[in-house]
Amino acid sequence: MSRASYVPHTEKERKEMLEAIGVSDINQLFSDIPGKLQVDKINIPDGKSEIEVERNIKALAGSNRFDLICFLGGGFYDHYCPAAVDAILSRGEFYTAYTPYQPEVSQGTLQTAFEFQSGICRLTGMEVANASLYDGGTAIYEAAMMAARITKRDKILVCSGVNPIYRKMLQTYTFNLDMQFEEIPIKNGVVEVDKLKEILDETVAGVVLQNPNFFGCVEDLSGIIELIHNVGALAVVSVYPVSLGILKTPGDMGADIVVCEGQSLGMPLSFGGPYLGCMVTRKKYVRKMPGRIAGMTHDKDGRRGFVMTLQTREQHIRREKATSNICSNENLCAVGAAVYMALLGKDGLKEVAELCADNASYAYHKLLEIPNVERTFKSIFFNEFCITLPCDARDVIGDLIDRGFAAGFPVGHYYPEMKNVMLVAVTEMRTKEEIDKLAATLESVLM
Amino acid sequence: MNIPENLYYTKEHEWVRVENGKAFVGITNYAQDQLGDITYVELPEKDKVVQVEDDLGVVESVKAASDVYAPVSGVVDSVNEELEDSPEIINRSPYKDGWICSLKDFDSAELENLMSAVDYKNFIM
Repeated sequence: MSRASYVPHTEKERKEMLEAIGVSDINQLFSDIPGKLQVDKINIPDGKSEIEVERNIKALAGSNRFDLICFLGGGFYDHYCPAAVDAILSRGEFYTAYTPYQPEVSQGTLQTAFEFQSGICRLTGMEVANASLYDGGTAIYEAAMMAARITKRDKILVCSGVNPIYRKMLQTYTFNLDMQFEEIPIKNGVVEVDKLKEILDETVAGVVLQNPNFFGCVEDLSGIIELIHNVGALAVVSVYPVSLGILKTPGDMGADIVVCEGQSLGMPLSFGGPYLGCMVTRKKYVRKMPGRIAGMTHDKDGRRGFVMTLQTREQHIRREKATSNICSNENLCAVGAAVYMALLGKDGLKEVAELCADNASYAYHKLLEIPNVERTFKSIFFNEFCITLPCDARDVIGDLIDRGFAAGFPVGHYYPEMKNVMLVAVTEMRTKEEIDKLAATLESVLM
Repeated sequence: MNIPENLYYTKEHEWVRVENGKAFVGITNYAQDQLGDITYVELPEKDKVVQVEDDLGVVESVKAASDVYAPVSGVVDSVNEELEDSPEIINRSPYKDGWICSLKDFDSAELENLMSAVDYKNFIM
Protein backbone atom coordinates (compact mmCIF):
# COMPACT_ATOMS: atom_id res chain seq x y z
CA MET A 1 0.00 0.00 0.00
CA SER A 2 1.42 3.38 -0.98
CA ARG A 3 2.26 5.42 2.02
CA ALA A 4 0.25 8.63 1.91
CA SER A 5 2.14 11.33 3.75
CA TYR A 6 -1.07 12.50 5.41
CA VAL A 7 -1.33 9.50 7.75
CA PRO A 8 0.86 10.09 10.85
CA HIS A 9 1.77 6.49 11.78
CA THR A 10 5.25 5.24 11.03
CA GLU A 11 5.95 1.62 10.00
CA LYS A 12 7.52 1.07 13.41
CA GLU A 13 4.40 2.37 15.17
CA ARG A 14 2.17 0.09 13.11
CA LYS A 15 4.28 -2.91 14.07
CA GLU A 16 4.11 -1.90 17.73
CA MET A 17 0.31 -1.56 17.58
CA LEU A 18 -0.10 -4.93 15.89
CA GLU A 19 2.17 -6.58 18.48
CA ALA A 20 0.22 -4.97 21.34
CA ILE A 21 -2.99 -6.62 20.16
CA GLY A 22 -1.26 -9.90 19.36
CA VAL A 23 -1.58 -9.82 15.58
CA SER A 24 1.35 -10.26 13.18
CA ASP A 25 -0.26 -8.90 10.02
CA ILE A 26 -2.99 -6.29 9.54
CA ASN A 27 -4.89 -8.60 7.19
CA GLN A 28 -5.67 -10.86 10.15
CA LEU A 29 -8.02 -8.11 11.38
CA PHE A 30 -10.16 -8.66 8.28
CA SER A 31 -10.36 -12.43 8.68
CA ASP A 32 -14.12 -12.24 9.39
CA ILE A 33 -14.73 -11.17 5.83
CA PRO A 34 -15.04 -14.21 3.52
CA GLY A 35 -12.05 -14.60 1.19
CA LYS A 36 -14.05 -14.17 -1.99
CA LEU A 37 -15.37 -10.82 -0.80
CA GLN A 38 -11.94 -9.42 -0.02
CA VAL A 39 -10.08 -7.34 -2.58
CA ASP A 40 -6.32 -7.42 -2.90
CA LYS A 41 -6.14 -4.09 -4.62
CA ILE A 42 -8.36 -1.10 -5.27
CA ASN A 43 -8.03 0.58 -8.62
CA ILE A 44 -7.34 4.16 -7.69
CA PRO A 45 -4.43 6.33 -8.82
CA ASP A 46 -1.36 6.86 -6.65
CA GLY A 47 -1.56 9.57 -4.02
CA LYS A 48 -0.49 13.08 -4.93
CA SER A 49 1.90 15.41 -3.18
CA GLU A 50 0.60 18.38 -1.23
CA ILE A 51 1.75 20.72 -4.04
CA GLU A 52 -0.14 18.73 -6.67
CA VAL A 53 -3.28 18.53 -4.53
CA GLU A 54 -3.30 22.26 -3.90
CA ARG A 55 -2.77 22.97 -7.60
CA ASN A 56 -5.59 20.57 -8.51
CA ILE A 57 -8.10 22.01 -6.05
CA LYS A 58 -7.21 25.60 -6.95
CA ALA A 59 -7.91 24.82 -10.59
CA LEU A 60 -11.31 23.38 -9.70
CA ALA A 61 -12.18 26.33 -7.49
CA GLY A 62 -11.07 28.61 -10.32
CA SER A 63 -14.15 27.54 -12.29
CA ASN A 64 -16.25 29.66 -9.94
CA ARG A 65 -16.82 33.25 -10.84
CA PHE A 66 -16.11 35.76 -8.07
CA ASP A 67 -16.00 38.76 -10.31
CA LEU A 68 -19.62 39.04 -11.38
CA ILE A 69 -21.67 41.83 -9.83
CA CYS A 70 -24.36 39.86 -8.07
CA PHE A 71 -28.08 40.52 -8.47
CA LEU A 72 -28.88 36.85 -7.95
CA GLY A 73 -31.29 35.79 -5.21
CA GLY A 74 -33.92 33.07 -5.20
CA GLY A 75 -33.42 32.23 -1.53
CA PHE A 76 -29.67 32.85 -1.13
CA TYR A 77 -28.27 36.37 -1.10
CA ASP A 78 -25.04 38.32 -1.46
CA HIS A 79 -25.03 40.11 1.88
CA TYR A 80 -22.05 41.49 3.73
CA CYS A 81 -20.26 39.13 6.10
CA PRO A 82 -18.77 41.31 8.85
CA ALA A 83 -15.18 40.46 9.78
CA ALA A 84 -16.25 39.88 13.39
CA VAL A 85 -18.25 36.81 12.36
CA ASP A 86 -15.25 34.98 10.98
CA ALA A 87 -12.94 36.27 13.69
CA ILE A 88 -15.14 34.67 16.34
CA LEU A 89 -16.27 31.47 14.70
CA SER A 90 -12.78 30.60 13.51
CA ARG A 91 -11.59 30.43 17.11
CA GLY A 92 -10.64 26.85 17.95
CA GLU A 93 -13.12 26.74 20.82
CA PHE A 94 -15.99 27.15 18.36
CA TYR A 95 -14.42 25.77 15.19
CA THR A 96 -13.61 22.35 16.55
CA ALA A 97 -16.21 22.02 19.29
CA TYR A 98 -18.15 18.77 19.20
CA THR A 99 -21.82 18.11 19.99
CA PRO A 100 -22.36 19.31 23.57
CA TYR A 101 -23.53 15.99 25.04
CA GLN A 102 -21.50 16.73 28.14
CA PRO A 103 -22.67 20.16 29.25
CA GLU A 104 -19.96 20.54 31.90
CA VAL A 105 -17.32 20.98 29.21
CA SER A 106 -19.51 22.67 26.61
CA GLN A 107 -20.87 25.81 28.23
CA GLY A 108 -19.50 28.04 25.47
CA THR A 109 -21.18 26.08 22.68
CA LEU A 110 -24.41 25.76 24.60
CA GLN A 111 -24.63 29.39 25.61
CA THR A 112 -24.00 30.51 22.04
CA ALA A 113 -26.68 28.12 20.79
CA PHE A 114 -29.03 29.58 23.40
CA GLU A 115 -28.22 33.13 22.23
CA PHE A 116 -28.80 32.08 18.63
CA GLN A 117 -32.18 30.63 19.58
CA SER A 118 -33.09 33.80 21.47
CA GLY A 119 -32.07 35.99 18.54
CA ILE A 120 -34.07 34.03 16.01
CA CYS A 121 -37.12 34.09 18.30
CA ARG A 122 -36.97 37.87 18.56
CA LEU A 123 -36.37 38.34 14.86
CA THR A 124 -39.39 36.22 13.90
CA GLY A 125 -41.65 37.26 16.78
CA MET A 126 -42.07 33.66 17.95
CA GLU A 127 -41.62 31.88 21.28
CA VAL A 128 -39.10 29.04 21.12
CA ALA A 129 -36.43 27.95 18.64
CA ASN A 130 -34.22 24.94 18.16
CA ALA A 131 -30.45 25.14 17.76
CA SER A 132 -30.78 24.90 13.96
CA LEU A 133 -31.45 22.36 11.22
CA TYR A 134 -29.46 21.64 8.08
CA ASP A 135 -30.90 24.33 5.80
CA GLY A 136 -34.08 26.19 4.85
CA GLY A 137 -35.37 23.26 2.80
CA THR A 138 -35.03 20.54 5.43
CA ALA A 139 -36.58 23.00 7.88
CA ILE A 140 -39.71 23.15 5.72
CA TYR A 141 -39.88 19.35 5.64
CA GLU A 142 -39.48 19.12 9.42
CA ALA A 143 -42.16 21.78 9.89
CA ALA A 144 -44.59 19.88 7.66
CA MET A 145 -43.96 16.69 9.64
CA MET A 146 -44.40 18.62 12.87
CA ALA A 147 -47.77 19.93 11.69
CA ALA A 148 -48.83 16.38 10.84
CA ARG A 149 -47.65 15.17 14.23
CA ILE A 150 -49.52 17.88 16.15
CA THR A 151 -52.82 17.69 14.25
CA LYS A 152 -52.66 13.93 13.64
CA ARG A 153 -53.67 14.66 10.03
CA ASP A 154 -51.75 13.76 6.88
CA LYS A 155 -52.40 16.43 4.26
CA ILE A 156 -50.08 19.37 3.60
CA LEU A 157 -50.94 22.29 1.31
CA VAL A 158 -47.93 24.03 -0.26
CA CYS A 159 -48.10 27.38 -2.01
CA SER A 160 -46.47 27.40 -5.46
CA GLY A 161 -44.71 30.60 -4.40
CA VAL A 162 -42.59 28.60 -1.99
CA ASN A 163 -39.02 28.19 -3.26
CA PRO A 164 -39.16 25.46 -5.97
CA ILE A 165 -35.92 23.93 -4.74
CA TYR A 166 -37.51 23.50 -1.31
CA ARG A 167 -40.69 22.08 -2.81
CA LYS A 168 -38.59 19.54 -4.68
CA MET A 169 -36.82 18.63 -1.45
CA LEU A 170 -40.17 18.17 0.25
CA GLN A 171 -41.22 15.76 -2.51
CA THR A 172 -38.00 13.80 -2.20
CA TYR A 173 -38.15 13.55 1.58
CA THR A 174 -41.78 12.43 1.69
CA PHE A 175 -41.66 10.13 -1.31
CA ASN A 176 -42.33 6.98 0.72
CA LEU A 177 -44.52 8.47 3.42
CA ASP A 178 -48.29 8.20 3.74
CA MET A 179 -48.74 11.93 3.25
CA GLN A 180 -50.77 13.90 0.74
CA PHE A 181 -49.65 17.16 -0.83
CA GLU A 182 -51.67 19.71 -2.73
CA GLU A 183 -50.49 22.93 -4.34
CA ILE A 184 -52.02 26.36 -3.73
CA PRO A 185 -51.66 28.54 -6.83
CA ILE A 186 -50.38 32.11 -7.04
CA LYS A 187 -52.38 34.95 -8.56
CA ASN A 188 -50.80 38.34 -9.29
CA GLY A 189 -47.74 37.18 -7.41
CA VAL A 190 -49.50 36.33 -4.14
CA VAL A 191 -51.53 33.46 -2.66
CA GLU A 192 -54.75 32.87 -4.59
CA VAL A 193 -57.06 32.92 -1.60
CA ASP A 194 -60.18 31.64 -3.38
CA LYS A 195 -58.37 28.54 -4.56
CA LEU A 196 -56.96 28.07 -1.05
CA LYS A 197 -60.45 28.26 0.45
CA GLU A 198 -61.60 25.53 -1.94
CA ILE A 199 -59.07 22.99 -0.69
CA LEU A 200 -58.71 24.08 2.94
CA ASP A 201 -60.67 21.70 5.18
CA GLU A 202 -60.37 19.58 8.29
CA THR A 203 -58.21 16.97 6.59
CA VAL A 204 -55.38 19.50 6.30
CA ALA A 205 -52.57 19.30 8.86
CA GLY A 206 -50.58 22.30 7.73
CA VAL A 207 -50.20 24.95 5.05
CA VAL A 208 -46.72 25.97 3.90
CA LEU A 209 -46.36 29.58 2.79
CA GLN A 210 -43.33 31.75 1.98
CA ASN A 211 -43.02 35.47 2.65
CA PRO A 212 -41.50 37.17 0.69
CA ASN A 213 -42.26 34.39 -1.77
CA PHE A 214 -39.98 33.11 -4.53
CA PHE A 215 -41.05 35.99 -6.80
CA GLY A 216 -40.09 38.49 -4.11
CA CYS A 217 -43.71 39.45 -3.42
CA VAL A 218 -44.67 40.42 0.10
CA GLU A 219 -48.09 40.16 1.72
CA ASP A 220 -49.66 40.22 5.16
CA LEU A 221 -50.59 36.60 5.76
CA SER A 222 -52.71 37.32 8.86
CA GLY A 223 -56.05 36.83 7.08
CA ILE A 224 -54.90 33.64 5.39
CA ILE A 225 -53.53 32.29 8.67
CA GLU A 226 -56.91 32.91 10.30
CA LEU A 227 -58.57 30.80 7.60
CA ILE A 228 -56.02 28.07 8.25
CA HIS A 229 -56.70 28.11 11.98
CA ASN A 230 -60.46 27.98 11.40
CA VAL A 231 -60.07 24.41 10.10
CA GLY A 232 -57.70 23.44 12.89
CA ALA A 233 -54.64 23.33 10.65
CA LEU A 234 -51.24 24.89 11.31
CA ALA A 235 -49.58 27.72 9.41
CA VAL A 236 -45.96 27.08 8.43
CA VAL A 237 -44.27 30.23 7.13
CA SER A 238 -40.88 30.27 5.46
CA VAL A 239 -39.28 33.71 5.73
CA TYR A 240 -36.21 35.75 4.73
CA PRO A 241 -34.50 36.77 7.99
CA VAL A 242 -33.00 40.03 6.74
CA SER A 243 -36.46 41.23 5.64
CA LEU A 244 -37.66 40.98 9.22
CA GLY A 245 -35.62 44.05 10.01
CA ILE A 246 -38.55 46.05 8.64
CA LEU A 247 -41.42 43.71 7.72
CA LYS A 248 -44.24 42.55 9.98
CA THR A 249 -43.05 39.35 11.64
CA PRO A 250 -44.66 35.99 10.96
CA GLY A 251 -45.22 35.77 14.72
CA ASP A 252 -47.42 38.87 14.55
CA MET A 253 -49.26 37.32 11.62
CA GLY A 254 -50.17 34.32 13.78
CA ALA A 255 -47.85 31.69 12.31
CA ASP A 256 -47.53 28.43 14.24
CA ILE A 257 -44.18 27.30 12.87
CA VAL A 258 -41.65 29.62 11.24
CA VAL A 259 -38.69 28.37 9.24
CA CYS A 260 -35.99 30.09 7.26
CA GLU A 261 -32.64 29.84 5.59
CA GLY A 262 -30.16 31.66 7.84
CA GLN A 263 -27.44 32.12 5.21
CA SER A 264 -28.14 35.82 4.92
CA LEU A 265 -27.23 36.30 8.59
CA GLY A 266 -23.51 36.64 8.02
CA MET A 267 -22.69 33.56 5.94
CA PRO A 268 -21.14 33.68 2.46
CA LEU A 269 -22.89 32.12 -0.54
CA SER A 270 -20.12 29.47 -0.89
CA PHE A 271 -21.67 27.83 -3.96
CA GLY A 272 -24.43 26.21 -1.94
CA GLY A 273 -23.31 25.82 1.65
CA PRO A 274 -22.83 25.19 4.46
CA TYR A 275 -26.15 26.89 5.13
CA LEU A 276 -28.35 27.21 8.17
CA GLY A 277 -31.89 25.98 8.77
CA CYS A 278 -33.88 27.80 11.44
CA MET A 279 -37.08 26.65 13.11
CA VAL A 280 -39.15 28.60 15.61
CA THR A 281 -42.53 27.84 17.08
CA ARG A 282 -44.99 28.49 19.92
CA LYS A 283 -44.20 27.27 23.43
CA LYS A 284 -47.15 24.87 23.41
CA TYR A 285 -45.60 22.92 20.52
CA VAL A 286 -42.06 22.71 21.90
CA ARG A 287 -42.25 18.99 22.63
CA LYS A 288 -43.22 18.28 19.06
CA MET A 289 -40.31 20.26 17.63
CA PRO A 290 -37.45 18.22 16.21
CA GLY A 291 -33.77 18.97 16.53
CA ARG A 292 -31.49 19.98 19.28
CA ILE A 293 -32.60 22.57 21.83
CA ALA A 294 -30.27 24.48 24.18
CA GLY A 295 -31.83 25.30 27.52
CA MET A 296 -30.88 27.50 30.45
CA THR A 297 -30.91 26.09 33.98
CA HIS A 298 -29.04 26.09 37.30
CA ASP A 299 -26.44 23.68 38.61
CA LYS A 300 -26.51 22.23 42.13
CA ASP A 301 -24.68 25.28 43.46
CA GLY A 302 -27.27 27.61 42.01
CA ARG A 303 -25.06 28.92 39.21
CA ARG A 304 -26.59 29.54 35.79
CA GLY A 305 -25.68 26.91 33.22
CA PHE A 306 -26.75 25.68 29.80
CA VAL A 307 -27.68 22.18 28.66
CA MET A 308 -29.27 20.34 25.78
CA THR A 309 -32.85 19.90 26.83
CA LEU A 310 -35.90 17.86 25.84
CA GLN A 311 -33.50 15.29 24.45
CA THR A 312 -35.80 12.38 25.13
CA ARG A 313 -37.77 13.17 21.94
CA GLU A 314 -34.64 12.77 19.93
CA GLN A 315 -33.65 9.98 17.67
CA HIS A 316 -30.93 8.45 19.83
CA ILE A 317 -33.35 7.89 22.70
CA ARG A 318 -36.83 7.63 21.23
CA ARG A 319 -35.80 5.82 18.05
CA GLU A 320 -38.68 5.21 15.64
CA LYS A 321 -40.98 7.33 17.78
CA ALA A 322 -38.63 10.31 17.74
CA THR A 323 -39.72 13.65 16.38
CA SER A 324 -37.25 13.24 13.53
CA ASN A 325 -34.26 11.22 12.37
CA ILE A 326 -32.21 14.39 12.46
CA CYS A 327 -29.30 14.02 14.85
CA SER A 328 -27.15 17.04 14.19
CA ASN A 329 -27.36 20.77 13.54
CA GLU A 330 -25.36 23.53 11.85
CA ASN A 331 -23.71 24.72 15.02
CA LEU A 332 -20.82 26.65 13.51
CA CYS A 333 -23.16 28.51 11.17
CA ALA A 334 -25.50 29.13 14.09
CA VAL A 335 -22.56 30.66 15.99
CA GLY A 336 -21.94 32.89 12.97
CA ALA A 337 -25.58 33.94 12.84
CA ALA A 338 -25.60 34.62 16.58
CA VAL A 339 -22.54 36.85 16.18
CA TYR A 340 -24.16 38.65 13.23
CA MET A 341 -27.40 39.30 15.09
CA ALA A 342 -25.60 40.44 18.25
CA LEU A 343 -23.20 42.64 16.28
CA LEU A 344 -25.93 44.39 14.31
CA GLY A 345 -28.55 44.39 17.02
CA LYS A 346 -32.09 45.57 16.48
CA ASP A 347 -31.06 48.90 14.96
CA GLY A 348 -28.41 47.41 12.71
CA LEU A 349 -30.76 44.76 11.35
CA LYS A 350 -33.31 47.48 10.60
CA GLU A 351 -30.66 49.52 8.82
CA VAL A 352 -29.53 46.60 6.65
CA ALA A 353 -33.14 45.86 5.72
CA GLU A 354 -33.80 49.50 4.84
CA LEU A 355 -30.68 49.65 2.68
CA CYS A 356 -31.76 46.51 0.83
CA ALA A 357 -35.27 47.81 0.28
CA ASP A 358 -34.07 51.25 -0.86
CA ASN A 359 -31.49 49.81 -3.24
CA ALA A 360 -34.05 47.41 -4.67
CA SER A 361 -36.58 50.16 -5.14
CA TYR A 362 -34.02 52.28 -6.98
CA ALA A 363 -33.02 49.34 -9.18
CA TYR A 364 -36.67 48.49 -9.90
CA HIS A 365 -37.46 51.98 -11.18
CA LYS A 366 -34.22 52.21 -13.11
CA LEU A 367 -34.80 48.90 -14.89
CA LEU A 368 -38.44 49.69 -15.70
CA GLU A 369 -37.22 52.81 -17.54
CA ILE A 370 -35.70 50.49 -20.15
CA PRO A 371 -37.96 50.16 -23.20
CA ASN A 372 -39.87 46.87 -23.36
CA VAL A 373 -39.06 45.93 -19.78
CA GLU A 374 -42.30 45.50 -17.83
CA ARG A 375 -43.24 44.94 -14.21
CA THR A 376 -44.40 41.34 -13.78
CA PHE A 377 -46.46 41.74 -10.61
CA LYS A 378 -48.16 44.68 -8.98
CA SER A 379 -47.60 43.55 -5.41
CA ILE A 380 -45.08 45.13 -3.03
CA PHE A 381 -41.65 43.62 -2.65
CA PHE A 382 -38.77 43.78 -0.17
CA ASN A 383 -35.44 43.48 -2.00
CA GLU A 384 -36.31 41.11 -4.80
CA PHE A 385 -38.65 41.59 -7.77
CA CYS A 386 -39.60 40.13 -11.12
CA ILE A 387 -39.35 41.96 -14.42
CA THR A 388 -40.70 40.71 -17.73
CA LEU A 389 -38.27 41.03 -20.64
CA PRO A 390 -39.21 41.08 -24.33
CA CYS A 391 -37.45 37.77 -24.91
CA ASP A 392 -36.20 34.62 -23.13
CA ALA A 393 -34.63 35.72 -19.84
CA ARG A 394 -32.05 32.94 -20.03
CA ASP A 395 -30.47 34.42 -23.19
CA VAL A 396 -30.36 37.89 -21.68
CA ILE A 397 -28.78 36.57 -18.48
CA GLY A 398 -26.16 34.74 -20.54
CA ASP A 399 -25.28 37.96 -22.39
CA LEU A 400 -25.05 39.84 -19.12
CA ILE A 401 -22.69 37.26 -17.61
CA ASP A 402 -20.35 37.97 -20.55
CA ARG A 403 -20.56 41.62 -19.56
CA GLY A 404 -19.72 41.04 -15.89
CA PHE A 405 -23.14 40.72 -14.26
CA ALA A 406 -24.98 37.89 -12.53
CA ALA A 407 -28.07 39.88 -13.44
CA GLY A 408 -30.78 37.67 -12.04
CA PHE A 409 -32.49 34.30 -12.10
CA PRO A 410 -34.45 32.96 -15.10
CA VAL A 411 -37.81 32.21 -13.50
CA GLY A 412 -38.78 30.02 -16.47
CA HIS A 413 -36.33 27.43 -15.20
CA TYR A 414 -38.91 26.39 -12.59
CA TYR A 415 -42.09 28.01 -13.94
CA PRO A 416 -42.23 27.17 -17.67
CA GLU A 417 -45.02 29.67 -18.35
CA MET A 418 -42.72 32.52 -17.23
CA LYS A 419 -39.83 32.17 -19.69
CA ASN A 420 -39.33 35.92 -20.15
CA VAL A 421 -39.30 36.72 -16.47
CA MET A 422 -36.11 37.56 -14.60
CA LEU A 423 -35.88 37.61 -10.81
CA VAL A 424 -33.58 40.38 -9.57
CA ALA A 425 -32.30 40.70 -5.99
CA VAL A 426 -30.55 43.76 -4.56
CA THR A 427 -28.75 43.82 -1.23
CA GLU A 428 -26.85 46.42 0.83
CA MET A 429 -23.76 45.31 -1.13
CA ARG A 430 -24.90 46.91 -4.39
CA THR A 431 -23.91 50.50 -5.10
CA LYS A 432 -25.75 53.10 -7.16
CA GLU A 433 -22.99 52.87 -9.79
CA GLU A 434 -23.41 49.10 -10.08
CA ILE A 435 -27.18 49.42 -10.44
CA ASP A 436 -26.84 52.19 -13.06
CA LYS A 437 -24.34 50.07 -14.95
CA LEU A 438 -26.67 47.06 -14.85
CA ALA A 439 -29.50 49.15 -16.25
CA ALA A 440 -27.34 50.58 -19.01
CA THR A 441 -25.92 47.18 -19.91
CA LEU A 442 -29.32 45.50 -19.91
CA GLU A 443 -30.66 48.25 -22.14
CA SER A 444 -27.83 47.75 -24.63
CA VAL A 445 -28.29 43.96 -24.63
CA LEU A 446 -32.00 44.31 -25.36
CA MET A 447 -31.52 46.71 -28.29
CA MET B 1 -41.19 -3.13 48.05
CA ASN B 2 -44.19 -0.99 47.21
CA ILE B 3 -46.62 -3.24 45.35
CA PRO B 4 -50.21 -2.82 46.60
CA GLU B 5 -52.17 -6.06 46.88
CA ASN B 6 -55.43 -4.84 45.42
CA LEU B 7 -54.07 -3.92 41.99
CA TYR B 8 -53.43 -5.76 38.72
CA TYR B 9 -50.03 -5.39 37.00
CA THR B 10 -48.64 -5.55 33.48
CA LYS B 11 -45.23 -6.56 32.11
CA GLU B 12 -44.80 -2.94 30.99
CA HIS B 13 -45.15 -1.78 34.62
CA GLU B 14 -48.65 -0.35 34.48
CA TRP B 15 -51.13 -1.00 37.31
CA VAL B 16 -54.93 -1.23 37.13
CA ARG B 17 -57.43 -0.45 39.88
CA VAL B 18 -61.08 -1.24 39.27
CA GLU B 19 -63.29 1.37 40.93
CA ASN B 20 -66.99 2.11 40.33
CA GLY B 21 -66.96 0.19 37.05
CA LYS B 22 -63.98 2.08 35.68
CA ALA B 23 -60.39 0.86 35.28
CA PHE B 24 -57.88 3.38 36.64
CA VAL B 25 -54.38 3.14 35.13
CA GLY B 26 -50.98 4.36 36.24
CA ILE B 27 -47.35 3.27 36.39
CA THR B 28 -45.80 1.36 39.28
CA ASN B 29 -43.37 2.53 41.92
CA TYR B 30 -40.68 0.43 40.25
CA ALA B 31 -41.32 2.26 36.95
CA GLN B 32 -41.16 5.77 38.42
CA ASP B 33 -38.00 4.87 40.28
CA GLN B 34 -36.35 3.57 37.11
CA LEU B 35 -37.40 6.63 35.12
CA GLY B 36 -36.12 9.18 37.58
CA ASP B 37 -37.58 12.67 37.91
CA ILE B 38 -40.61 12.81 35.67
CA THR B 39 -40.70 16.03 33.66
CA TYR B 40 -43.74 15.63 31.45
CA VAL B 41 -46.78 13.43 30.93
CA GLU B 42 -48.54 13.19 27.60
CA LEU B 43 -52.08 12.24 28.56
CA PRO B 44 -54.35 10.26 26.23
CA GLU B 45 -57.34 11.97 24.65
CA LYS B 46 -60.75 11.51 26.24
CA ASP B 47 -63.05 9.11 24.39
CA LYS B 48 -60.09 7.49 22.67
CA VAL B 49 -60.89 3.83 21.99
CA VAL B 50 -58.00 1.53 22.87
CA GLN B 51 -57.32 -2.15 22.42
CA VAL B 52 -55.10 -3.85 24.97
CA GLU B 53 -51.46 -2.77 24.51
CA ASP B 54 -52.35 0.29 22.41
CA ASP B 55 -50.58 3.60 23.21
CA LEU B 56 -52.16 5.30 26.18
CA GLY B 57 -49.80 8.22 26.61
CA VAL B 58 -46.14 8.91 27.32
CA VAL B 59 -44.28 9.51 30.58
CA GLU B 60 -41.15 11.57 30.02
CA SER B 61 -38.21 11.91 32.39
CA VAL B 62 -34.79 13.48 32.01
CA LYS B 63 -33.36 10.32 30.50
CA ALA B 64 -36.20 8.56 28.73
CA ALA B 65 -39.65 8.91 27.21
CA SER B 66 -41.61 5.82 28.13
CA ASP B 67 -44.84 4.77 26.43
CA VAL B 68 -47.82 3.83 28.60
CA TYR B 69 -49.78 0.90 27.16
CA ALA B 70 -53.46 0.06 27.73
CA PRO B 71 -53.60 -2.88 30.16
CA VAL B 72 -57.15 -3.67 29.00
CA SER B 73 -59.31 -2.67 26.05
CA GLY B 74 -61.73 0.19 26.67
CA VAL B 75 -62.53 3.87 26.14
CA VAL B 76 -60.64 6.69 27.86
CA ASP B 77 -63.08 8.20 30.35
CA SER B 78 -61.10 10.73 32.40
CA VAL B 79 -57.51 11.92 32.50
CA ASN B 80 -55.56 13.26 35.48
CA GLU B 81 -55.11 16.87 34.44
CA GLU B 82 -53.06 17.63 37.57
CA LEU B 83 -50.19 15.84 35.84
CA GLU B 84 -50.03 18.55 33.17
CA ASP B 85 -48.57 21.11 35.56
CA SER B 86 -47.13 18.72 38.14
CA PRO B 87 -45.82 15.56 36.49
CA GLU B 88 -43.69 14.90 39.57
CA ILE B 89 -46.85 13.70 41.36
CA ILE B 90 -46.17 10.32 39.75
CA ASN B 91 -42.80 10.09 41.51
CA ARG B 92 -44.34 11.09 44.84
CA SER B 93 -47.53 8.99 44.67
CA PRO B 94 -47.52 6.54 41.76
CA TYR B 95 -50.55 4.51 42.86
CA LYS B 96 -52.81 7.19 44.27
CA ASP B 97 -52.47 10.86 43.23
CA GLY B 98 -50.36 9.87 40.21
CA TRP B 99 -53.12 7.98 38.36
CA ILE B 100 -52.89 8.73 34.64
CA CYS B 101 -56.34 7.98 33.22
CA SER B 102 -59.42 5.84 33.64
CA LEU B 103 -61.07 3.55 31.09
CA LYS B 104 -64.81 2.89 30.80
CA ASP B 105 -66.51 0.02 28.98
CA PHE B 106 -63.40 -2.02 29.57
CA ASP B 107 -63.09 -5.73 28.94
CA SER B 108 -63.02 -7.19 32.47
CA ALA B 109 -62.15 -10.65 31.12
CA GLU B 110 -58.79 -9.24 30.11
CA LEU B 111 -57.99 -8.58 33.78
CA GLU B 112 -57.31 -12.29 34.09
CA ASN B 113 -54.32 -11.90 31.75
CA LEU B 114 -52.67 -9.45 34.15
CA MET B 115 -50.39 -10.22 37.08
CA SER B 116 -51.22 -10.18 40.77
CA ALA B 117 -49.05 -8.29 43.25
CA VAL B 118 -47.14 -11.48 44.06
CA ASP B 119 -46.57 -12.30 40.37
CA TYR B 120 -45.41 -8.73 39.68
CA LYS B 121 -43.03 -8.82 42.62
CA ASN B 122 -41.47 -12.01 41.23
CA PHE B 123 -41.39 -10.44 37.78
CA ILE B 124 -39.31 -7.45 38.79
CA MET B 125 -36.94 -9.34 41.08
